[in-house]
Amino acid sequence: MLDIALKISLTLVMLALLLNAFRLTVGPSLPDRILALDTMYVNSIALIVLLGLWLGTKTYFEAAVLIAMLGFIGTVAVCKYLLRGDIIE
Amino acid sequence: MTLYVILEAIISLLLIAGGTFAFIGSLGMAHLRDFYMRLHGPTKATTLGIGCILIASMGYFGILNGQPVVQDMLITLFLFITAPVSAHLLAKTGLHLQLRYVDKTRGHPVELQDEEVGQTPMSPGGPADRDPVTLDKRPSDR
Repeated sequence: MLDIALKISLTLVMLALLLNAFRLTVGPSLPDRILALDTMYVNSIALIVLLGLWLGTKTYFEAAVLIAMLGFIGTVAVCKYLLRGDIIE
Repeated sequence: MTLYVILEAIISLLLIAGGTFAFIGSLGMAHLRDFYMRLHGPTKATTLGIGCILIASMGYFGILNGQPVVQDMLITLFLFITAPVSAHLLAKTGLHLQLRYVDKTRGHPVELQDEEVGQTPMSPGGPADRDPVTLDKRPSDR
């Protein structure tokens, strides 16, 4: 039962990542692309957690924490650059 | 033995629900027509979906090892704190760049309205060039 649920969830997250890649390439404005990248790192965290469930190890959790922190910092930095023309004033 | 079947069913349900929520959020972001509409999908649905997946992983490893897991709770807490902040910053960026929006988008914030100052041009020259307003020649008599 868990195997089938894991496969369904992996498929859905992969489809979500494909939709994010579509919006990242098409997106008419710059904030659209930033939003697509923001969603992409959240979905990649989900993918890493599902991979950890699939392999039965807890090795990849540190990578997930790292991606969460650096993704948030990257989003804030790019938004701040677009808002003020500078990152650290 | 029955308890483990029930727990497995709960974890499977959480996994499928999390994947579905993440997919719906990304579908909303790819499908909607406006940046201010597109902001809704990832920041609400995707965050909830990844919360479901992380809770399922926490339950699985907690049952497998017989002791609670803390790292997943850390990721969940961090994501739930940072997602509204990044959404707020993205909305401020969109308002600052004055992105276009469709008519169905509700609300007309001040940042997107036309400015009232400077819309009607003044007469050329300073105030001395205009007609002086005196008592015997009022502007209404003209």
